Amino acid sequence: MLEQYLAIFIKSVFIENLALSFFLGMCTFLAVSKKVETAMSLGIAVVVVQTITVPVNNLIYQNLLKPGALAWAGAPGVDLSFIGLISYIGVIAAIVQILEMALDRYFPALYNALGIFLPLITVNCAILGGSLLMIERDYQFGESVVYGFGSGVGWALAITALAGIREKLKYSDVPAGLRGLGITFITVGLMSLAFMAFGGISL
Amino acid sequence: MLGLLEKLGKPFHKGGKLEKLYPAYEALDTFLYTPGDVTEGKSHVRDGLDLKRMMITVVWALVPCILMAMYNTGLQANLGIQASAALDGAAGWRGSVLAFLGLGYDPKSLLDCFVHGALYFLPVYFVCMAVGGTWEAIFALVRGHEINEGFLVTGMLFPLTLPPTIPLWQVAVGISFGVVLAKEVFGGTGKNFLNVALASRAFLYFAYPADLSGDIWVAGAGADGVSGATILGVAAANGMEAVAKDFTLLDTFLGFIPGSMGETSVVACLLGAGFLVLTGIGSWRIMAGVVVGAFGLAGLLHWGVGSTTNPMFGMSPVWHLCCGGLAFGLVFMATDPVSAAMTEGGKWIYGILIGVMTILIRVINPAFPEGIMLAILFGNVFAPLIDYYVVKANVKRRMVRCAKG
Repeated sequence: MLEQYLAIFIKSVFIENLALSFFLGMCTFLAVSKKVETAMSLGIAVVVVQTITVPVNNLIYQNLLKPGALAWAGAPGVDLSFIGLISYIGVIAAIVQILEMALDRYFPALYNALGIFLPLITVNCAILGGSLLMIERDYQFGESVVYGFGSGVGWALAITALAGIREKLKYSDVPAGLRGLGITFITVGLMSLAFMAFGGISL
Repeated sequence: MLGLLEKLGKPFHKGGKLEKLYPAYEALDTFLYTPGDVTEGKSHVRDGLDLKRMMITVVWALVPCILMAMYNTGLQANLGIQASAALDGAAGWRGSVLAFLGLGYDPKSLLDCFVHGALYFLPVYFVCMAVGGTWEAIFALVRGHEINEGFLVTGMLFPLTLPPTIPLWQVAVGISFGVVLAKEVFGGTGKNFLNVALASRAFLYFAYPADLSGDIWVAGAGADGVSGATILGVAAANGMEAVAKDFTLLDTFLGFIPGSMGETSVVACLLGAGFLVLTGIGSWRIMAGVVVGAFGLAGLLHWGVGSTTNPMFGMSPVWHLCCGGLAFGLVFMATDPVSAAMTEGGKWIYGILIGVMTILIRVINPAFPEGIMLAILFGNVFAPLIDYYVVKANVKRRMVRCAKG
């Protein structure tokens, strides 16, 4: 059991890294990676949100949306999976809002540290992607907790590494036409070349 | 000669007709002579170590590996020819050249092996230098920076990581990718974040996997060339007993085994490593870190964990250190000062990360038999971050010390 969870964790952090293997959450990945400090805060916010939303969406899918999941309500023939997409994004938006209010009230320091990033990642496709991949692989609740945490950590790791490289690249002499986003795209491409190291590991 | 060069050089200087081509002239001039220009303005020099001396030192350190690459490639080819009944010589142009020189295919003859191997290494090297050098020159001319010696090293490292049977056009494609996309778009030597030679090789590896992996690394002789497996390939497929049947540890250490051209000989790499450490060009911390990381994890997996299903767990740490490209990578690639960690503490972390990743990829990942290339690229990606946190930790410690005192 523990071994299986460990496998899911490693897989979601390295092998199926949301940013560098699936290229999810690119908009924030590219926009907020100029400084290690901010990239790290955003990464932590993603980890927190991902760890909460993926299991919650898992519960919703398992108990409400899955074909036959409504058997407890006396409707075994109902298949609600077609409203999955809108439910998950709604759930994510709602949870982020609640989380924001809760943090503001009880942990103001953390709230200030996460700042604008918390509402920003409501619309991050890595977050929605995490939930959708979890559904696709039919994870159980326990597995979805591990997967949510692991995929968040993987994304945070990738954006922090990118921020480190971009801080170093400030001293580079990039051709005018490539400055800014252009060189960042090339950098991300080269990073994912290095992350190919994990491709092919089957856990 | 010097006078001639200076006379020819006039139009290249500021205001001359060929002003735009100045970097090309400058490259030739400084390559041949020490220019008479002196530093203008204030200078504060502790040591005359510049990029040029640094790179030339690495080139010198590579000499044992290059000699060994030529000899061993020829040796493996000749052994293959000897073992095969159908072959009595090299086919194609290599056969013609060898016949013209009056050389045979005796694996015992030093000269036969060396020349035969050189006929494999040199074309790859020349293609690499010509194509990569052209890109370098184009960027230097358009952007007005100097052509510097960094490429001499890249252009020498890259062929050494390739199998002898590599098609020459792939060499050209690979080095183009590396020089343009991994280096020049970032502004040239010293401004990239990945090791250029390894980025080129990784690109080739994923673009044309059939030519860079598997059992084809012995220099063949034409269409019905002979093939031999690399140690890591054999170990992953059939376990260590199969390896022990075909290879001895001593041969592996000395380098008389099939593999990529420059990587087989640990002795040659050690000579290079000694030279680099003595001259202070290569960081001993990184090298030691890689060895510690690789040896530690390999030992743990071999003696501590063990596995009945994965034959790679049976490979002892000593074998791990001797076979494959680990030695070559750790001496010449991991220590690349541009893409490695810069802080002293960071170098240890960076080295250990590479060592651990190498063994992980070799043992755990069935997709790739060899791990050092991707491990170093992985280390390159995290090197800036490692530096960042090491510096931060230093700042913090000093703040505490400052507050106390």
